[in-house]
Amino acid sequence: MDKFIYLDTTAVPLPVQDIDTDQIIPARFLKATTREGFGENLFRDWRFNRDNTPKADFILNNPTYKGKILVAGRNFGCGSSREHAAWAIHDYGFKVVISSFFADIFKNNALNNGVLPLIVEETILQKILKQIEENPGTEIIVDLENQKLKIAALDIDVSFEINSYKKTCLINGYDDIDYLLSLQDTIAGFEKTATNFR
Amino acid sequence: MGKTLFDKVWDRHVVHQIKEGPQVLYIDRHFIHEVTTPQAFNGLRKRGIKVLRPEQTVATVDHNVPTIHQDLPIQEVLSRHQVEAMIKNCKDFGIELYGLGHPAQGIVHVIGPQLGITRPGITIVCGDSHTSTHGAFGAIAFGIGTSEVEQVLATQCILQTKPKKMRINVEGTLKKGVVSKDIILYIISKISASGGTGYFVEFAGSAIRNLSMEARMSICNMSIEMGARGGMIAPDQITYDYIKGRQFAPQGEDFDKAVEYWKTLPTDGDAVFDLEYTFDAEDIAPMITYGTNPGMGMKIDESIPDKEDAGLEKSLAYMGLEKGQSLLGMPIDYVFFGSCTNARIEDLRLFASLVKGKKKADNVNVLIVPGSKQVERMAREEGIEKILNDAGMQLREPGCSACLGMNEDKVPAGKYCVSTSNRNFEGRQGPGARTILASPLTAAAVAITGKITDVRTLMQ
Repeated sequence: MDKFIYLDTTAVPLPVQDIDTDQIIPARFLKATTREGFGENLFRDWRFNRDNTPKADFILNNPTYKGKILVAGRNFGCGSSREHAAWAIHDYGFKVVISSFFADIFKNNALNNGVLPLIVEETILQKILKQIEENPGTEIIVDLENQKLKIAALDIDVSFEINSYKKTCLINGYDDIDYLLSLQDTIAGFEKTATNFR
Repeated sequence: MGKTLFDKVWDRHVVHQIKEGPQVLYIDRHFIHEVTTPQAFNGLRKRGIKVLRPEQTVATVDHNVPTIHQDLPIQEVLSRHQVEAMIKNCKDFGIELYGLGHPAQGIVHVIGPQLGITRPGITIVCGDSHTSTHGAFGAIAFGIGTSEVEQVLATQCILQTKPKKMRINVEGTLKKGVVSKDIILYIISKISASGGTGYFVEFAGSAIRNLSMEARMSICNMSIEMGARGGMIAPDQITYDYIKGRQFAPQGEDFDKAVEYWKTLPTDGDAVFDLEYTFDAEDIAPMITYGTNPGMGMKIDESIPDKEDAGLEKSLAYMGLEKGQSLLGMPIDYVFFGSCTNARIEDLRLFASLVKGKKKADNVNVLIVPGSKQVERMAREEGIEKILNDAGMQLREPGCSACLGMNEDKVPAGKYCVSTSNRNFEGRQGPGARTILASPLTAAAVAITGKITDVRTLMQ
């Protein structure tokens, strides 16, 4: 997994609530057997017409808006557990998604791919969305080491939550599987003692 | 203080607690399918490791499969590749595959219970959000991503932060024409598509207790549609009777011992939940959705809410519907009966009970897809297929079908589909498709009338 420590970038606003993973990556694009290349179909049906021409009014097709952060409405990533949604976001080039609320499975999937789901209060989210819509060049700093989100243009300097285990994983680029494999003996011991009619 | 059903099962599966971090949870059964596993198997190959417990891993193919001519090669190249990759992965790693042509093949969340693999008190994961279905047995069952699938294949464990606990009580007696799908659509319409996020939910109360196992599965299946990590129902005599005698269920004395253990699982009287709701079963009516998430549902005879809301407006623009509109009498193009929510034999019996002796409406295309080969066989043996054929409908072969627009079965752009599945998201049943979620009974009413119809008006 890529390391994530510090980010100084601009952001893309997507002020829609309840964005489900079928919108992030529709099912018909889940047929690959590798993790790469999903970025080109990120938000496929919002981004492209059925004849594959770009939809001019969709934010990702507007060259004014760019950056490594996606800012989206509450309950981002609900629905299907498809990790392809996190792969698509990562492959497209986003390193952080800011929202006021994330669906549980998406949050885990993002963290397992070096993408930080960053939760802010709804009022702050609305301020950020308005600011970056009006001023696409607004600088946003995400400092994972110190768990800080800083937006000088809005006088925002707030802390964000992340559990310390996941923080360590992101900063060092560790995968959970490395950790679990290191527990092999503990797991074998558990299997011997706990039966409970499995 | 007493413990909840969820606490009892969870706490017994904690292998290790990471300081200020998640817990390492042991997984008893791992269900896998062709879409969310190829990258996980490739990960194992890269690391040169084996599947730790292939005998605790259960594989099927369901998402990509066609639902006619399953005896022929899959036409769609990428779908075929993914199914072939699954066959190879299962062979290479020693996992039994209930693949195409196998008498037990079917939708992963239909075959687990059917084979007696799903049972109370165990932990189950699958790279599929509707894994919550298995919670109907008093198991902890939830959907995971592919990185987590790889972790479970490699170590039979997963890292999880323990969710909060919610209980939803439904008390009283259901009215005529109201079935378990209506209960869950009603609950989600009340607490919203994100009302359960961060929670594991226990469904309880007399209306839930009186449901069959298959009806309970439809409810737990859709726990994820309110954002919940999973749903559970305490095991009882209905649960034990369902499991007894199934292929992989404990047999003889082992079964009796298992039942003794299962009886210790229900939530203690003095256990405390972080959040609790109670609903009156008599307030529930046949439900339909009008928007683009499962929380946007209403009683079939109600009108679409008329309120200022950007999300509602975006949804209605996609659906081609208006605020304040009643949907009764609206012509419908497609009916889809199927999916892990409602493709079990009882669902099919319910559908057939209304269709019997009637004809399909000319303006509607009807797709009827059983959840498994076993359901398909039973439908044939019980005369359900004949009822359907007499009505001008065809019973297809098992798979996820038009629930998710990934295989050949899709709803065309702009068309309305009344569906027994679980998601009405934009494009879920195909690009531009407009989905209206409903129960198998309401779907049957639409199939024979060709329009949104209150099933109660067709019942004696």
